[in-house]
Amino acid sequence: MMEHSETRSQGSGETTVNLTVNGEPCQLTLPPNVVLLDALRDRLGLTGTKKGCDHGQCGACTVHIDGQAVNSCLRLAVMCEGRHITTVEGLASDVGLHPVQQAFLEHDAYQCGFCTPGQMMSAAALLEDSRIADDDAAVREAMSGNLCRCGAYKNILSAIQDARRHVSPQRTEGESP
Amino acid sequence: MRTLTNIKAPEAAPSVSHESSEARKEQTGRNKGDGPLARDTTTVHRQSATGGSSTHARAHESAIKHVTGRAAYIDDIPAPSDVLHIALGLSPVAHGRLTRLDLEKVKRAPGVVDVITIVDVPGHTDIGPVFPGDPIFVDDEISYVGQTLFAVAATSYKAARLAVKEAVIEIDERPASLDPVTATERGEFVRPTHTHQSGDWQQALESSAHVLEGEQFVGGQEHFYLEGQACLVLPTEDEGVMVYTSNQHPSETQKLVAEVLDIPFHAVTMEMRRMGGGFGGKETQASPWACIAAIIARRTGRAAKLRLPRAEDTRATGKRHPFNNRYRLGFDDQGVLTGGDITVIGDCGYSPDLSDAVVDRAMFHADNAYSLGQARVTGHRAKTNTASNTAFRGFGGPQGMMIIEAAMDDIARHLGEDPLTVRKRNLYRLGRDVTHYGQRVEQITLLHDIVEQLEASSDYWSRRKAIAEFNAKSPIIKKGLALTPVKFGISFTVQHLNQAGALLLVYTDGSVSINHGGTEMGQGLHTKVCQVVARELGLDLEQVRITATRTDKVPNTSPTAASSGADLNGQAARDAASKLRERLFDFAAQHFDQELGGLDREGMRLEGGELIAGVGESERRIPWGELIQKAYLARVSLSEKGFYATPLIHYDRDAAKGRPFYYYAHGAAVAEVEVDTLSGEYRLSRADILHDVGDSLNPAIDIGQIEGAFIQGMGWLTSEELKWNEQGRLISDGPATYKIPAFGDLPPVFNVDLLQGHPNSQASIYRSKAVGEPPFMLGISVWSALRDALASLVDYRHCPRLDTPATPERVLMAAEALRNATLVKAAQPETSDDPA
Repeated sequence: MMEHSETRSQGSGETTVNLTVNGEPCQLTLPPNVVLLDALRDRLGLTGTKKGCDHGQCGACTVHIDGQAVNSCLRLAVMCEGRHITTVEGLASDVGLHPVQQAFLEHDAYQCGFCTPGQMMSAAALLEDSRIADDDAAVREAMSGNLCRCGAYKNILSAIQDARRHVSPQRTEGESP
Repeated sequence: MRTLTNIKAPEAAPSVSHESSEARKEQTGRNKGDGPLARDTTTVHRQSATGGSSTHARAHESAIKHVTGRAAYIDDIPAPSDVLHIALGLSPVAHGRLTRLDLEKVKRAPGVVDVITIVDVPGHTDIGPVFPGDPIFVDDEISYVGQTLFAVAATSYKAARLAVKEAVIEIDERPASLDPVTATERGEFVRPTHTHQSGDWQQALESSAHVLEGEQFVGGQEHFYLEGQACLVLPTEDEGVMVYTSNQHPSETQKLVAEVLDIPFHAVTMEMRRMGGGFGGKETQASPWACIAAIIARRTGRAAKLRLPRAEDTRATGKRHPFNNRYRLGFDDQGVLTGGDITVIGDCGYSPDLSDAVVDRAMFHADNAYSLGQARVTGHRAKTNTASNTAFRGFGGPQGMMIIEAAMDDIARHLGEDPLTVRKRNLYRLGRDVTHYGQRVEQITLLHDIVEQLEASSDYWSRRKAIAEFNAKSPIIKKGLALTPVKFGISFTVQHLNQAGALLLVYTDGSVSINHGGTEMGQGLHTKVCQVVARELGLDLEQVRITATRTDKVPNTSPTAASSGADLNGQAARDAASKLRERLFDFAAQHFDQELGGLDREGMRLEGGELIAGVGESERRIPWGELIQKAYLARVSLSEKGFYATPLIHYDRDAAKGRPFYYYAHGAAVAEVEVDTLSGEYRLSRADILHDVGDSLNPAIDIGQIEGAFIQGMGWLTSEELKWNEQGRLISDGPATYKIPAFGDLPPVFNVDLLQGHPNSQASIYRSKAVGEPPFMLGISVWSALRDALASLVDYRHCPRLDTPATPERVLMAAEALRNATLVKAAQPETSDDPA
């Protein structure tokens, strides 16, 4: 099928959206009510992002949209035109694991592991956000949208505070996502 | 090609051409022939201290997969492109008769390929795990909101869910029975009542200096495994199925799938790599979904996937049993129990499921850590119109303990003593060391040691004093402090489940594969089992790999439950590894140094990746890889199975006496809370824990289990409130309405230590102790601390009833009740002394 990026609405009731996912440009044609989470998992095979509750309460589906942590189950894929999406699969780089991944590894910051991708994505975003203070209370508040049923919060908190040593905050006050 | 993967990486980062020429050089002489042996064998990378590999804090076997998102759960497994997605039609009412189920429009809905009801089940229609009573689909009797009526398979998940809505359902609705106490009065039980009795409890009550009575409601708990119920079923080329399922009990699901399909067990294979949480919720209640998907896979010849959406998952599956407990206990002036009567009523839901054993365990733990004296403990299994309540970490034990912990607080207030003092006086001790079910408590001083150590390390008494001073000056904000112990019996109380198998495979490169009947749900079982095998064979952890739990590798397994995973499967793996080791020793003794008469069989050992024979001058070391290859060529089997059955345990149900537990695991926790008595809001400001895991198999895993269990236990008793409406519909069916502990509930000060220097007195795996469930009940300290804070409102003269979960609402009501009682009392003329 020929696709034209400027012709976004398709006859079948589907819509084409252009995203950059983990640094790779990609074009998806899908119904407009498909949430980003399902697009990532079902269309792109990026199953590292998990479906926990499906309505924005558990945080297992957290991804970055232009660097900001977002519940991908609450965002329609078509709303993300032109945006840069990072999932857990894109957290590591050529030089190795992201400091948050390394710290989660070293601190055993998971038990069953199902919430871990979402926890790490929220953690990676908060460490780069200069609006969030670096004390434990602020981190706990910033991470409050990520549930861990195994209750591994203590190790997750230590991992985040440890990873902080290798990440410098980028976003400054007043800058909105 | 195996050989191509083992080339050592060059130090720097040279050019591709250099790299490949180096690689070619390395290959010279090694890349020809097609013999059976690996050309490179695995090697030990780190010299580990003798035996050290079993006790060090080793990383999780899936660590790197977890942090990179590559650890696959059921919904992540790539399914065939023609996979069918299943959605369920669930009952909207709690009790009634299904008078009409018209699915014609469902069948005609877009994308629908198959629709099934009970008449389409080829084999058994009852999938009750232990006792009958769980129909796979409703026949005509409807027993709870969320019971499965029919299933739809469609080409997409959305199509299946939309089609479900087209069903025409007519039900002759009847009143729902939702109160377990009323059900008990009516004699509506899922299983018969059971009683433990030791001595003459009535005589004890009559002759006691003091008698108190009380009652409580202990709420249930939704498992809220983050990965919901899910399975993927593929039809196989014979009449069978391959089932991928998030499941704590693959063997039972295998049995049920086979019976539902009316095919032999060997035609059904289960595979389970890891769960995104189980907590008991996938012990029996993962089976229905696998059975339904299997029927559809066989009928259509296509793969079928069933993943319950969160709200349906919480409505369709059972939870931790809510309990209504009562006590009437006698005690002396010191607060030491002389005897009495305890009744526990488990709300079992509509069917037996595991409720017989759950209520048994509640009864076995109605004493917690204290000698009850001459006592009777009665357990009822009430039938109600809710989902069939099931296993959940602690398996009734926590609910049973709650009644005696309530009594300890009440007795202390009655006598004007600190609750800790009364608790300590009642701990099992010499002369008072036999439980109400006849088991003698071994390691009798252990709990005394734990409590004393924790009392000191947490500064209990100085904090008690500081809190009293704070509360005297603070009219609204009240602090509370409590120390509660745990004694938890380890073993399945159903004796035949205390067995396990393992399969050990060694390949000709020396790499080792271990498989066992346990399942991994985050508790670190696989890591521990790998450690056991590595230790027995003297290898690095990296050389031992665990494979997914499969019913075609180790058959007839028990559920991974009752905290028994490492105890049972670790022993089975050890059995396999030690048998293989002995066989290798026999071989090595004859094969090597034949001209010198062979190696010395005595004192032979496997260490640091080598077989070592002899000592000093005559010491001979043979690398593991060489040993394995030589053994293979000499036609020595390199695989072994292991088996284990827990010794000593027995229980005579008719006499209600025995030794149901191989041993007890212990612990204690101190919790401090701050309560706003005008709003009921509170927070846990500090928790200190000392826990007994014997000689820990893996301290990092064990501490993680203790922290997580404490938090989950605290959630059960504080924020996690299940609410049903009057029609029996669960209205707290997702995280928006059901609050599990979040980051903010982690206490700012949280000290967790393992008790040192107390190996298990029984010969468990390397003298360790089970850790999955026991620390869950440490959360009781938070509830007791809330009661302590509330008691301060009346100068600690009285301890208010505080049902659970002790939500801010319940805490506020309790505070109001205390204030009102004080006002009423103040308004009345002073009466003379104690009416009791």
